[in-house]
Amino acid sequence: MVDFRMPSLGADMDAGTLVEWLVKPGDWVKRGDVVAVVETQKGAIEIETYQPGQIEKFLVELNSKVPVGTPLAQIRTEGEAKPAAVAPAPPPAPPVAPPRAAPAAPPITPPVVTPVRAPSPPPVAPAAVAGARASPAARKLAEERGIDLSTVTGSGPGGAITYADVEQRVSAVAAPPEKKRPPGLDLDAMRTAIAAAMARSKREIPHYYLEHQVDVTASEHWLAQKNATLPPDTRVLFGALPIKGVALAARRYPAFNGFYRDNKFEPAQAVHVGVAIAIRGGGLTAPALHDADQLSLDDLMSRMRDLIQRTRAGRIRSSEMSDPTITVSSLGERGVEALYGIIYPPQVAIVGIGKVVTRPWVIDGAIGPRSVITMTLSGDHRVTDGHAGALFLAEIGKLLQEPEKL
Amino acid sequence: MKQETIKAETIEMTYREAVRQALRDAIKRDERVFLMGEDVGRYGGCYAVSHGLLAEFGPERIRDTPLSESGFTGAGIGAAMAGMRPIVELMTVNFSLLALDQILNTAAAVRHMSGNQFGVPLVIRMATGAGRQLAAQHSHSLEGWYAHIPGIKVLAPATLEDGRGMLWTALQDPDPVLIFENVMLYNMTGKIAADAGPVDIDKAAVRRPGRDISLITYGGSLWKTLEAATALAAENIEAEVIDLRSLRPLDDATIMASVAKTRHAVIIDEGWRSGSLAAEVGMRIVEEAFWALDAPIGRVCSEEVPIPYPRHLENAAIPQASKIIAAAKSALGRA
Repeated sequence: MVDFRMPSLGADMDAGTLVEWLVKPGDWVKRGDVVAVVETQKGAIEIETYQPGQIEKFLVELNSKVPVGTPLAQIRTEGEAKPAAVAPAPPPAPPVAPPRAAPAAPPITPPVVTPVRAPSPPPVAPAAVAGARASPAARKLAEERGIDLSTVTGSGPGGAITYADVEQRVSAVAAPPEKKRPPGLDLDAMRTAIAAAMARSKREIPHYYLEHQVDVTASEHWLAQKNATLPPDTRVLFGALPIKGVALAARRYPAFNGFYRDNKFEPAQAVHVGVAIAIRGGGLTAPALHDADQLSLDDLMSRMRDLIQRTRAGRIRSSEMSDPTITVSSLGERGVEALYGIIYPPQVAIVGIGKVVTRPWVIDGAIGPRSVITMTLSGDHRVTDGHAGALFLAEIGKLLQEPEKL
Repeated sequence: MKQETIKAETIEMTYREAVRQALRDAIKRDERVFLMGEDVGRYGGCYAVSHGLLAEFGPERIRDTPLSESGFTGAGIGAAMAGMRPIVELMTVNFSLLALDQILNTAAAVRHMSGNQFGVPLVIRMATGAGRQLAAQHSHSLEGWYAHIPGIKVLAPATLEDGRGMLWTALQDPDPVLIFENVMLYNMTGKIAADAGPVDIDKAAVRRPGRDISLITYGGSLWKTLEAATALAAENIEAEVIDLRSLRPLDDATIMASVAKTRHAVIIDEGWRSGSLAAEVGMRIVEEAFWALDAPIGRVCSEEVPIPYPRHLENAAIPQASKIIAAAKSALGRA
């Protein structure tokens, strides 16, 4: 029997609300199947299972908010016999802590630890605060009220979290009283999440920035020819080219593709390019295009369309949220020529793509009008240096000048 | 508590006088009771507690002894085993070490060693604490050591009511009871009910209720702690002051109820810090009220030096209100 747990969908996520089951007990699921919808600060996310098997039972009621790592359901793996009448009772789902008696004579009961930091199945971003200092009273109150201590700001000596800090957090969490909001995007919450992630990035990651201008005239011509034969809904937009270019370059320069965790860089095996998607009303998210380096341009385009559509509708899959290995942000459509991104931790690089502008350009000793974009790289100096960054950017530029290789 | 009972008639007296009244009362009420110790008769006691009692009750009941703590404490133990109710006075806790063998190996152990055939219903009073410039052989606070010993009870009367009322209750106990009178309390004057009488000897008392921090203390430090609590109140910190009263057994229930409420604790103990009674109280809080704590437990104890003679150094060596205030603020993160 395997627990299907509330996954962490990013460094900023501490808890999620289970809003919908897309399976029922008895259903067979395979790896990658979407089994539930969970609402987070980033909106409603479709959660996939990493464990094939048969859904045994649900452990958490709909619309309850539970910490990351909380078992949501049990999945019977293939080959596991159905148990006799009595199945081993699952651990009670937090945040409902067992009542503890008031201080009594020999209170030897071991503390019940809420599995707030329990490892969740997919490799995910580390918590923003590892092992916050908190008083016993604060911990007990947090446990009773289902508060994740990493969401609490400590006011005690050395930043320790005190009872009053948790009390304050409890009232803050309780403040928006159960407003019946349909599952979807909560822009306020998203803003909070962006604030946390970006502040952490600027606090922890020593960024360096490089800029590179690329003549993409050849790409434009190539794309126009290609699209001429395609129906409008399958045409490839220019924006897909740099994404593919970044994916291929990341494959060649693996130091830009992966995560910086626990003071060391872990290169990722696959290249999942996070695509920064602006959301009407002021949100931003960067879900992953999985294995972008392996996709044909047509596939990449259709995946991108699907991703953008679902993101704006507020339905992204858990794996898409949690595992981009590098991010691409394009503001070309907004008329911006260059953007210098902030790395989304624990990633180590973000590539910015500006709009295509027509500029006087020197080719073979003569000046002519050419389509040019400004690409930027924000790199994590803990992992790479400007030299490597320059090679990486140049590689993307080279690919954009030979679009048939994309 | 006694002090809460509203009595129409109160009288003013010193702590010394309250203890003397307790002695007089016990000697009058029970013919088995007698007082024995160095200079308790003709000299009237080294702190004048028994002044006048020899004239009042005669040498049978008020007995001067040679300078031999082990000898007369042993005599008191024998008398108690034989049916008397002796009160042995030791001049200071420092001198009591000469009688430690009698207290630990005999008085505390006889009930166990005799298979419950004998008990030692003995009361031993002694002076403890610093502040009178009596230097390093007369000024220590070793009651915490005695509180380590199973088989005896250890009391620390800090108020007029307890000075007046603990002795009689202690005399009713079938086992040895040690009463520690802090030397700085003898001259303390206050109002007490004219008919004040026996009090319980197994409960701690909340001397000042408060919501923010528990200041746990006993004996001479109680008044410094109350002074500190008053000063803290001016800064909007409401300290609860617990007077332990009995150091063995400790009244865990009162301590834990207070800490559960305030979630902060500082223990004030005139003993040296290492291995102190404060350490025992702190550990019990960790054992029994860990999940109520909102900050590390603080301690204000004596500096780990022989108590110095010069007044400024003596004052610097022992707990003072200023140190208690600082420790309370530190525990509350307001330092």
